[in-house]
Amino acid sequence: MAAKFKTCFIVTLLFLLLIPTKNLFAQVDTFEFDNEVQQRRFRTLSDELRCPMCQNTNLSGSTGGVAEDLRREIHRMIIEGMSDREIEQFMFERYGDFIFYRPRLRTETILLWFGPLIFLLIGGTVGWSIFRRAKEVSETEITLDDNQKARLDELVGE
Amino acid sequence: MGRLKFFTPAIFFIAIAILLWRGLYLDPRTLPSMLIDKSMPAFKLSTVDGDPVSNSELPDQIFLLNVWGSYCLPCLVEHPTFMRLSEEGEIPVVGVNYKDQNELAHDWLETNGDPFAFSIEDLDGRFGIDLGVYGAPETYLVDAHGVIRYRHVSVLDETVWEEEFIPAITELRAESD
Repeated sequence: MAAKFKTCFIVTLLFLLLIPTKNLFAQVDTFEFDNEVQQRRFRTLSDELRCPMCQNTNLSGSTGGVAEDLRREIHRMIIEGMSDREIEQFMFERYGDFIFYRPRLRTETILLWFGPLIFLLIGGTVGWSIFRRAKEVSETEITLDDNQKARLDELVGE
Repeated sequence: MGRLKFFTPAIFFIAIAILLWRGLYLDPRTLPSMLIDKSMPAFKLSTVDGDPVSNSELPDQIFLLNVWGSYCLPCLVEHPTFMRLSEEGEIPVVGVNYKDQNELAHDWLETNGDPFAFSIEDLDGRFGIDLGVYGAPETYLVDAHGVIRYRHVSVLDETVWEEEFIPAITELRAESD
């Protein structure tokens, strides 16, 4: 009983590890905002934009020099009253699609967005046709003439 | 027809394998620049020596724009190439002293030599953002009209010079003739 409890406990702990922790690593900046909405927008933007230098980190989690500068720019633009859309455009003009964790839907990114769906469709079609054929075969009644019966008995060894 | 159907999965597999295999050799750290075929961003700064500098001071011929900093070790690796280029007068090199301190930049140029026509001082990295810089060293090839034509991220040594820059420059020169 105790052993079972222990296993349960360890499994629970392992599952806890799966909880995303991105904000635990956020860098602490001393930016001041006019209101809470601005602050929230800043947090969302720097969570959703990617650091071009340290690649697999967002701007809010990166200690890289350029991430620091880009956070400062986001702060400046928010204070100056630019919209999220305009700030994203500013980043796009300088760093391209790479800066977005969710790239924009453009001709260059269509495959990125719909590639998985295309593969799912191909896999699904192939899977479905195999399934259908297997069903067809198993549902067809097989009638054997005497010769075939004799041959079958011979093969099966009865 | 039956035969084609038989080989389809294998063909599909080989195609994807080739695609992924090539992907293994791409460098994910090299991002394409958004500024290719765009004009140099406007700037009004000063040089490391303290003179005011803006777009009109840039050379009116093909030149290199090298982003460097005294803290940047790879910059030392590529430094001899820039020294050679400027000594042989092959192409003018303009520096961007990116997020550095003035004194340290001066010391660095004194110790290692100064291959730059001048170095634009970008203390807070704001000009770097307009260029789409994400870390020194980076080198831009700019044409006579001030349009950025090529970017190389990380060390520009003699091999890179010969394999990437000489062909690009030859093409640019042919274009302007």
